[in-house]
Amino acid sequence: MTLTEKLRERISRAFYSHGLLCASYPIPIILFTGLCILACCYPLLKLPLPGTGPVEYSTPVKDYSPPSPDTGVQQGELSERPDWYVGAPVAYIQQILVKATVSPWQKNFLAVDVFRSPLSRVFQLVEEIRNHALRDSSGVKSLEEVCLQVTDLLPGLKKLRDLLPEHGCLLLSPGNFWQNDRERFNADPDIIKTIHQHEPKTLQTSATLKDLLFGLPGKYSGVNLYNRRRVVSYSVTLALRRHDARFLSSLRSRLGLLHPSPNCTLREESIVHVHFKEEIGIAELIPLVTTYIILFAYIYFSTRKIDMVKSKWGLALAAVVTVLSSLLMSVGLCTLFGLTPTLNGGEIFPYLVVVIGLENVLVLTKSVVSTPVDLEVKLRIAQGLSNESWSIMKNMATELGIILIGYFTLVPAIQEFCLFAVVGLVSDFFLQMFFFTTVLSIDIRRMELADLTRRLPAETCLAAAKPGSRCPRPERPPALRPAPPHSVPLQPHSVPLQPHTLPLQPHTVPLQPHTITLQPCSFRNLRLPKRLRLIYFFARTRLAQRLIMAGTVIWIGILVYTDPAGLRTYLTSQVTEQSPLGEAGLPPMPVPGGVLPAGDPKIDLSVFPSDPIQLSENQSQQREQKPGLEALSRLQSAQHAWAQGPEGKGNAQNEPGTEAEVTWGAEDEEIWRKLSFRHWPSLFSYYNITLAKRYISILPAIPVTLYLNPQEALELRHPQEANRYQPLGAGSGRLDAAAQPQQPSARLQGHQDVTLYKVAALGLASGILLVLLLFCLYRVFCPRNYGQHGLSHSRRKRGDLPCDDYGYSPPETEIVPLVLRGHLMDIECLASDGMLLVSCCLVGQIRVWDAQTGDCLTVIPKPRLRRDSGGIFDYQEGWEQSPDGRAGPEDALESAAQLQRLLSPPQPPLFCDQPDLTALIDTNFSERVKVAEPEPRLRAVGGRHKDAGYDFSSLVGKVYEEHGGSHGGSHGGSHGGLGYGGSTAPHAAPFGSSSRATAEDGGRRRSLGDEPAPALDKSSPGPAWGGDMESSVWSLDLQGNLIVAGRSNGRLEVWDAIEGTLRSSNDEGQSGITALVFLSNRIVAARLNGSLDFFSLETHTSLSHLQFRGAPSRSSVPSSPVFSSSGLISCQLTHTVACAHHKPITALKAAAGRLVTGSQDHTLRVFRLEDSCCLFTLQGHSGAITAVYMDQTMVLASGGQDGAICLWDVLTGSKVSHMYAHRGDVTSLTCTTSCVISSGLDDVISIWDRSSGIKLYSIQQEMGCGSSLGVISDNLLVTGGQGCVSFWDIGYGDLLQTVYLGKSNEAQPARQILVLENAAIVCNFGSELSLVYVPSVLEKLD
Amino acid sequence: MPRLENCTWSCSCAARGRHKAQLGDTTAGLAAKVGDMQSSSVSSPVLVGHTARRPSTSSASSTASSTLNLSQHLVQRSLVLFLVGVFMALVLNLLQIQRNVTLFPDEVISTLFSSAWWVPPCCGTAAAVVGLLYPCIDSHLGEPHKFKREWASVMRCIAVFVGINHASAKLDFANNVQLSLTLAALSLGLWWTFDRSRSGLGLGITIAFVATLITQFLVYNGVYQYTSPDFLYIRSWLPCIFFSGGVTVGNIGRQLAMGIPEKPHND
Repeated sequence: MTLTEKLRERISRAFYSHGLLCASYPIPIILFTGLCILACCYPLLKLPLPGTGPVEYSTPVKDYSPPSPDTGVQQGELSERPDWYVGAPVAYIQQILVKATVSPWQKNFLAVDVFRSPLSRVFQLVEEIRNHALRDSSGVKSLEEVCLQVTDLLPGLKKLRDLLPEHGCLLLSPGNFWQNDRERFNADPDIIKTIHQHEPKTLQTSATLKDLLFGLPGKYSGVNLYNRRRVVSYSVTLALRRHDARFLSSLRSRLGLLHPSPNCTLREESIVHVHFKEEIGIAELIPLVTTYIILFAYIYFSTRKIDMVKSKWGLALAAVVTVLSSLLMSVGLCTLFGLTPTLNGGEIFPYLVVVIGLENVLVLTKSVVSTPVDLEVKLRIAQGLSNESWSIMKNMATELGIILIGYFTLVPAIQEFCLFAVVGLVSDFFLQMFFFTTVLSIDIRRMELADLTRRLPAETCLAAAKPGSRCPRPERPPALRPAPPHSVPLQPHSVPLQPHTLPLQPHTVPLQPHTITLQPCSFRNLRLPKRLRLIYFFARTRLAQRLIMAGTVIWIGILVYTDPAGLRTYLTSQVTEQSPLGEAGLPPMPVPGGVLPAGDPKIDLSVFPSDPIQLSENQSQQREQKPGLEALSRLQSAQHAWAQGPEGKGNAQNEPGTEAEVTWGAEDEEIWRKLSFRHWPSLFSYYNITLAKRYISILPAIPVTLYLNPQEALELRHPQEANRYQPLGAGSGRLDAAAQPQQPSARLQGHQDVTLYKVAALGLASGILLVLLLFCLYRVFCPRNYGQHGLSHSRRKRGDLPCDDYGYSPPETEIVPLVLRGHLMDIECLASDGMLLVSCCLVGQIRVWDAQTGDCLTVIPKPRLRRDSGGIFDYQEGWEQSPDGRAGPEDALESAAQLQRLLSPPQPPLFCDQPDLTALIDTNFSERVKVAEPEPRLRAVGGRHKDAGYDFSSLVGKVYEEHGGSHGGSHGGSHGGLGYGGSTAPHAAPFGSSSRATAEDGGRRRSLGDEPAPALDKSSPGPAWGGDMESSVWSLDLQGNLIVAGRSNGRLEVWDAIEGTLRSSNDEGQSGITALVFLSNRIVAARLNGSLDFFSLETHTSLSHLQFRGAPSRSSVPSSPVFSSSGLISCQLTHTVACAHHKPITALKAAAGRLVTGSQDHTLRVFRLEDSCCLFTLQGHSGAITAVYMDQTMVLASGGQDGAICLWDVLTGSKVSHMYAHRGDVTSLTCTTSCVISSGLDDVISIWDRSSGIKLYSIQQEMGCGSSLGVISDNLLVTGGQGCVSFWDIGYGDLLQTVYLGKSNEAQPARQILVLENAAIVCNFGSELSLVYVPSVLEKLD
Repeated sequence: MPRLENCTWSCSCAARGRHKAQLGDTTAGLAAKVGDMQSSSVSSPVLVGHTARRPSTSSASSTASSTLNLSQHLVQRSLVLFLVGVFMALVLNLLQIQRNVTLFPDEVISTLFSSAWWVPPCCGTAAAVVGLLYPCIDSHLGEPHKFKREWASVMRCIAVFVGINHASAKLDFANNVQLSLTLAALSLGLWWTFDRSRSGLGLGITIAFVATLITQFLVYNGVYQYTSPDFLYIRSWLPCIFFSGGVTVGNIGRQLAMGIPEKPHND
């Protein structure tokens, strides 16, 4: 077996390298294969078409005798004689081929003159033939005795009754068009029309009436208006029943005498017998059709198995092409080597296909497709090939063996079949290897490309800083990676505190299921509705335009080609002029008067004057002519121009008109061959004579040359023709008759010109009218402000719009974001209950907005004199005046008490947090670095306050003045540190509670006075609420009209959202409140020291004050109570879990009566909400918990710094699944009913199947926006981006829409996204909030 | 075979609910196979014949429904096979009549396709019986046929069968022995290429034998005749044709029994 193994390995290796080759150079290989196929098929051109083509057999004319009906004798005599050549033929066909021309040709002759007079001679000729009789010793033998007598036409041929002879000799000539009546011909105004009136309109291969009567193909007849050669050919066809050599030779010699053809070189030595095969009947066809049906079924079922490819149909076509062309190649090769197929090709073809089979192709496809998809295409092809190499070779060998066995059956037909099959197999193998493999590789490459464009993997996204990208924003280098979330108060010394470094390795991204990369905006297309996509496709590809263009070009081409004065005529004339047989041919040969034409010596003996049975005038005239004086007779029959007779021909060169010469060439020899092969069968079938399985004998044609002189032509001219046709040449009218037609034609031309002008004028007028009409329509239907619909969008430059590759921008969305401005600093905390929206910025200003309208309802601390509801102020203004920002807040002294009571600390809070948004906060450090230095900005704020003279500024001014230096210093220091950290060590200690600890550290140290800033000493806090001034809002929650704010100093405050008054506060805890949950009347506060406080909110008035506003709450609270503003509210600490965690609590979530805390100590705890009882401690993370999600179904999801996501069952406290999700922290986590959506520090949003924990796909986000996400409905995901938000279909990972918020040049990353209930989202862009209503997206999703 | 596993699974879950519509079309053979698999303890009552065996462990309702489904499917299959047989008979008879291989009495020639009226129904019935018999025997022997179970292969088989007929009718052989030997080799090749099962071989030979006997009987009684009989009253290649026909029809029957007929037939 070692030999087999070796062979196998070698084969596999060879296939491997071959696959590499094919996949590497697909186009050259396909071209090469195509050339091979063509080369091998070339011999097929010589093969007759399969089918029922006639078979010919020639015998010499001399000593011809009809074969005897006895088969045996004949076969004994001549083996080469075909077996059908027995018995007498159905008929002998004798054609008298006439070539006629008008000579000399006058330049002013009309086009009809070319054929009119030549055709007129046919009547005379027919009479001559009809009346010809042979008189010899046995008596007079007339044509009637020899010819084939026909009876009635078939009943279905009434139309042809007048045209085809009945009850007599079968003698066909063009004269039959006029019932062999010369008077009719003379009276016929339009010969062409008469001839063509029976032409079928459709394409047809069988014989037409014109062919039948002319006896030669229509295009050789020369009967048309553009005949430049001016030679008209037709033939008189005579069907004979018996072969009477003497009669025929006498006819030949007589015609030769009458119309000599001096330069005729036709060989007249062989009779061609044409055997017609049997007609295929329906019964014959049924088995054939059956086999073909089976063949198609086989192909169908085979190609149906092709799967997993880009274009199934393309590959199926390639497979079929492979098999079919291999068959063609085999036939071609066999023909090349001398083996002519004798089998009926149509019958064995299906069997050949079935024997060769499509199996290999399918096996190849399957094998290639099943290779790992992550490999390179080349390697995939190579591997797939080599995998199946052995079986392919084995199959091939088996089939060859079987066929070779078949070869030894020694049955010729089977041997032939086997031979074809063997060659077909080999060529099929060749084609499979070269053609199909290459096509497959192209297909797979296309598939990969399609995959690539659909979901670009992370690598390509990061490398996607394409120079040609249309993105208006410069791509940020990866080094400027923004600081991770929760790292705002990062200070240098906090780095060792939390030495967790972000594992940002250079990208060694493992193969992920698929990563959807958010492209730079140029790729952000919307998923449009299908009809729109179709329309865009049409528009993009300019399909209609191109179709119309192509149609026009084709139309023009057809026009030019078929136009009577067009290209075709021109080409024909060109060809004719260049032809050596044209007018510049041989000089006219003078025909000596008395010389007999070269003919049979027997002529003299056999030729007698025609039998005067029925003599017309013409005939008698003809008969009087002496045989030798044909020229004279012809001239006499013309009865004119005697002077221009032979003498005229002699000096023909002096004539102005050119003289034509009829030449006989080899092409005239057997011109019947150019007829359709159905010519004779159809002719005979008109008389119900079948030629199937019988044969006819075609005798050599008798040439007849006719020269007509101009006078004759002129006389025969029909008066109408003179008016209708223009002279063929542009000559001057030499003859009087010729002058006449010119005048009307000139008139005609003038008339045409006028018509042209009329048409042009009409067209112009109608065009103008159309334009005017359209303009009016536009005016009527389009409003004036059309196109100015969306102000925010029209403001945007076109280049800013997302465009696709073709420069087509998607339609502007109807989503207009509502921008809420008013905060001075970046917004840190956001909370909403659907009706109201509370935001808190870095300076501690809390603003309450109406979530529906976007109005600012309340500002806390409340500005006294002026309620700044619009709140749009300009940074730039303050910025410019920054130098004097620190000076002069001397007037800001009035209401220090109020300030102390109401004001949140003017010092910008370095940190604030909110439990349910913990993970969403992104400090957007880099943006800050980019936008402004912190210190001038702070000054700017101060300056603005002072400058604008706001009450608020006057309020805070003093404090600002007092603390200006120190705050500036500290703030600047912290920000500087931040900036420093952000740019240099962005990965150090970035995470929530650690940074919070750091912040607290900083705050404590600040309060302790060990701030490094030199102005610290002066920075004494305000008189009252000294500690409070220092504290900042870390967490915020809203319910009804109550805002609960947790401060960094552990103070819990309850504010009235509408009135902006402090309703209650609680200072019992000292440690900062990191997270808050406000649920019905319970408040749970998680503190930095790991303790958990449960408060209950009690109104001291009756319950009736507790109205229900009825705003449907999103997830947990069915309705939010509205605490009446009149009642007194007390906030009482009901329970404290002192040491819920021994490290800061970073995440807090409440749902379904449970409370979950996540802490830095790697654990989660589940408490019962009503009695604060700890139910479970969940352990499983190997890092601090950063994100927690819990919903009503008691499913808890938690994400940690270890990048893992755990799903827990809160009922039992068991871990359901554990997924390694992100490199770095899980920053945000949310769930739908079927998915878990997580985002991480790696700026990837991953979507997981909730039940199985399998990653469905992931979305590569822009940097810094990774953690902002929200779920609007079960299948709509919102992610933030640079200045925009994107909506995704969760189920499919399709980008539905991208909404740009604000101008694109001031793009800031959306750092938080809060989903409100009424299909609105709030995003946090620096100091602005954007309120976006997305009902349209939801509709579109449906 | 995923389909088989699928079936197994669905049958074992049959107590829970009915078969799905398409899985309910499980064939007799497969159902029986499944029954064998799942009733290791229960000796399954086998209903051989033209009805399907019932999976014995299923609950009464599901058994009833599946039997209903099976019988319905059986009718479908036999109908398809019958049509195939009729069609084949028409076509192949036409082929032979053209070559004057078979001579029918004058009075029957005037009928449809110049063939005797009784030939197509007979062939159809025979095809139905044979096509149902093959999967039945397979299941009886407990070896489901797995070789090349796909419609493409079936089509190929039919094509080869027609080709054999074509050859027998159209090719000119030196003598009858050569013709018969060639056709016998071709038939065996057909079996080897598309069947390769012992049961198929045995059944094919049986069919060839029985059919030859019947034709002998018919010809002896003068119902019709062959032009140049060389094997008692008939042509010597007739058994080969019958054999390959049996194999082909069996192939179709098995494929039909595999599952839903994706397409009734495309002839």
